[in-house]
Amino acid sequence: MTTMFDVGNKIAAKAVQLCRPEVIAAYPITPQTVIVEELARMVEAGELTAEYLRVESEHSVMAATCSAASMGVRTFTATSSQGLAFMHEMLHWASLSRLPIVMINVNRTLGPGWSIWVDDTDSMSQRDTGWIQLYCSSAQEIFDTVIQSFKLAEHRDVQLPVMINYSAFTISHTMMPAEVLSQEQVDSFLPPFKPYWRLDWRNPVTFGNVLSDEYHMEKRYTMQQGMERAKQLIPEIAREYEQRFGRFHGGLIEEYRADDAEYLLLAVSAVGSEAKVAVDNLRAMGYKVGLGRVRVVRPFPDEELRRLGKGRSLIALDRNISVGSGGIVYHETRSAVLGVAGCKVYGYLCGVGGRDVTYEDIEGMALKVIKGEMHPDVVGWWDLKTAGGN
Amino acid sequence: MAIKDLPREELMYSGAGSCPGCVDLLSLRMTLKALGPKTVLISPASCTASIATSYPKSPFGVPVLTMAFAAGGAAASGVVAALKQLGEDGVNVVVWAGDGGTYDIGLQSLSGAMERGTNFIFVCYNNEAYSNTGIQRSGATPFGAWTTTTWKGKVEQRKDMPGIMLAHRLPYVATASPSYVEDLFRKVQRAASIEGPKYLEYQIPCAPAWRFPMERTIEIGRLAVETGAWPLFEAVDGKVEFNLRSKQILEGKVQRKPIEEYLEPQGRFGHLFKPVRNETALDEIRRFLDAEWERYGKLAACGVAV
Repeated sequence: MTTMFDVGNKIAAKAVQLCRPEVIAAYPITPQTVIVEELARMVEAGELTAEYLRVESEHSVMAATCSAASMGVRTFTATSSQGLAFMHEMLHWASLSRLPIVMINVNRTLGPGWSIWVDDTDSMSQRDTGWIQLYCSSAQEIFDTVIQSFKLAEHRDVQLPVMINYSAFTISHTMMPAEVLSQEQVDSFLPPFKPYWRLDWRNPVTFGNVLSDEYHMEKRYTMQQGMERAKQLIPEIAREYEQRFGRFHGGLIEEYRADDAEYLLLAVSAVGSEAKVAVDNLRAMGYKVGLGRVRVVRPFPDEELRRLGKGRSLIALDRNISVGSGGIVYHETRSAVLGVAGCKVYGYLCGVGGRDVTYEDIEGMALKVIKGEMHPDVVGWWDLKTAGGN
Repeated sequence: MAIKDLPREELMYSGAGSCPGCVDLLSLRMTLKALGPKTVLISPASCTASIATSYPKSPFGVPVLTMAFAAGGAAASGVVAALKQLGEDGVNVVVWAGDGGTYDIGLQSLSGAMERGTNFIFVCYNNEAYSNTGIQRSGATPFGAWTTTTWKGKVEQRKDMPGIMLAHRLPYVATASPSYVEDLFRKVQRAASIEGPKYLEYQIPCAPAWRFPMERTIEIGRLAVETGAWPLFEAVDGKVEFNLRSKQILEGKVQRKPIEEYLEPQGRFGHLFKPVRNETALDEIRRFLDAEWERYGKLAACGVAV
């Protein structure tokens, strides 16, 4: 094990290299580009034996990735924002084909107007595409999650694609140290991909046929079963990784000073790590505040939230918006904890469109809830510069 | 090669639900005969994808990957990349796309795959409309043709898709017709023998879309070639050579038949003849074809790569 000190994207690329992907297809988009640039360099330098496809759009990225995966090889790609949106059709294609593709999405604001700063709406708005969605808050977590994701996606009971998300610039372009495993260590944890089916001229089957309603609902049912199984396997694989290499970032939700908390903040990615500072400061002020850093949005951690929500106030901090509804983590949490005794769910929209969210902002949001200035049914717009903000 | 000498091995079996008189699957059957079983077929959304592959049945003796409408070329790049990683040599990778999946929604992905140099064959089976969705106009629909989105006849000429492919400097570009099946078979085999990205385009007369009796499909395809509405040519490394009847036309050995002989039997051009002949439109069609054939003549004569 060695220590690497680099930006999140470079550490992500290192993890991908160690997982020995066989086909990588890529199209540039800020701020993920560093990942695919680094992988291209590795392939050209002979540091990675993969076919690297420089394709002409994100739609084609996912089409080429799906097709290569259908041939039974391990595949990887990365994207952001508009690129992820352009892939939308093929995201469904990947999951409906039960292809264990691993993709990094660096969360970035959707335009217009153009912006390269962080906002989670790009991936959150793809939550119904059948992809497992993980959210990372540090370079170390990205490194470890990439390796675990291939194992998860390729598990016989799952066979679903995995999208690893993290914040534009605050994580993707920020230098952080990470402990990096050796190739032997990764090989011992992640065996070569053994597909359960593949396209092979020796066994001519047709894949993706016209499918009648006789089968479609059952097909979705098996996907849902795969997601349910992933709820068990994500913590299991994380614990196995911890036993082998000594690092654990949480299961579906990382709990921070949550045990006796009366108020539990819920956040993903960079806001999730920033919230730890806010929790420490609020604790120092005497408030019983903890954090549930949501690491997995699909499958959604309903059971954990019901457990964590009992007799508590949950405060969802959403750096995303489903316009016409509100924060996505807020709404999904409300739905999950419906009927849980003593649980109130408060929601804030914060940092939407890339505005910085500091620990002071998070303390401010928590204090308004603690002081009774917020109503659980009314979502707050934090730091709104026009009338109507909270 | 005569028809009686074509391989007996079938890689496209009976039972697919095409319309009577359809030459899409006939052409695919011949194409697969020419390629043999060591082939992966990619089928973006098109008539073929919907008429040939109803789960749990499949009429194919080769593996088939159905694909999103826009993504034929990209899918080929993915399959070829995987084959390289698997160390599999000599597998034909073929995209079988309609004119929508080639001229229109599939163009970007196709262009990308050609520019990337993917070693595969892209076949456009061009029935000159979105027949599968109910005969809407495409970039391949000829001027004047009725469709369900051009009720009074299309007002634009079709684009020159083989020309666009030639501009990609491909090692092999060819047009063919199932009405000249030996020529089609030969061109598939020739494409398969060449390394790199190859483009084939077949004109596929479509009885329901073009509005002619189903038993006349092969005849309509022949009339297209004889009147010059559909030229048969192939280009190796950009050098264009015309074939069969099209070659004879260019050499002056035969005249192009009057275009009315091709247009009049087709209901999609019926409004050009009834209730009164639309001479303006017919002149426009003749002018277009005259210009095309003048260009073809120069292409064939110049002897240099386009």
